[in-house]
Amino acid sequence: MKFAVLVFPGSNCDIDMHKAVEDVLGEPVDYVWHTATDLSGYDAILVPGGFSYGDYLRCGAIARFAPVMNEVRRAAEQGKFILGVCNGFQILTEAGLLPGALIRNQSLKFRCHPVDLRVENAGTAFTNAYKPGEIVRIPIAHGEGNFYCDDETLARLKANNQIVFRYAGDNPNGSVDNIAGICNEAGNVVGMMPHPERAVSDLLGSSDGARMFKSALQAFASQAASAR
Amino acid sequence: MKATVYVTIKENVLDPQGNAVQSSLHALGFEEVGKVRIGKYMELELGAVDRAQAEQRVKAMCEKLLANTVIEDYRFELEG
Repeated sequence: MKFAVLVFPGSNCDIDMHKAVEDVLGEPVDYVWHTATDLSGYDAILVPGGFSYGDYLRCGAIARFAPVMNEVRRAAEQGKFILGVCNGFQILTEAGLLPGALIRNQSLKFRCHPVDLRVENAGTAFTNAYKPGEIVRIPIAHGEGNFYCDDETLARLKANNQIVFRYAGDNPNGSVDNIAGICNEAGNVVGMMPHPERAVSDLLGSSDGARMFKSALQAFASQAASAR
Repeated sequence: MKATVYVTIKENVLDPQGNAVQSSLHALGFEEVGKVRIGKYMELELGAVDRAQAEQRVKAMCEKLLANTVIEDYRFELEG
């Protein structure tokens, strides 16, 4: 299984993401620059955190028009696995690949600490190795992670089981319905504010994020098996 | 021609910055201040286009990039 880690000017979690794939899975993984126009050789696309284009205008607003994003859209339609973390989540919402938007934390503070998350949907390409309702510890690090969507969209997210993670303890940013991560209707595109790539070893304080990468590998194997 | 674009946070979306500024103003003794909303003001210089075309194109700019219509409203004025 081949992974791509997208790199925009201002991405800063790309190395962590790359190392997480290497360390947890040992599968091939490449950095792919934002100007790339072909992602056909990759099975999963990881959109890392950071401050793409300096967060100018709005977080993710300019990155969504990078040439590589057309390919991300195509990959999403093909059912490939796409994970956006933090700024990557913001980019995916700006690009319309996921609903809603991320606005300024209610506290106005940049929050950087571990949080407890409840796995609400253990059926996505990135969460199938968790038990539904399981509590996992994964760090956050953001100033604009306050997920917002209108009531109609929230009802749709709930009805389609698109809420992937909720904050299990205090809500660190004021997000609607304590949402920490969501997926698209098909479940192959996941976006989340917490950083699983920073929680892949007990030495880092938690290894709970590692199973997100294992999930992708597992989903890929079962996709390949059903295609046979 | 010049376009002036105003982007504001939708009425039903929380504006944490506006709230913080409101409490600061209250702390400074400006108790008369009610709600505060913070938005963006942008000036765009446009090359030669006729007014109708400019209207249409600036609207497209707002929809595509300048505003995120999930959380923001926009309006603009054309001058010259």
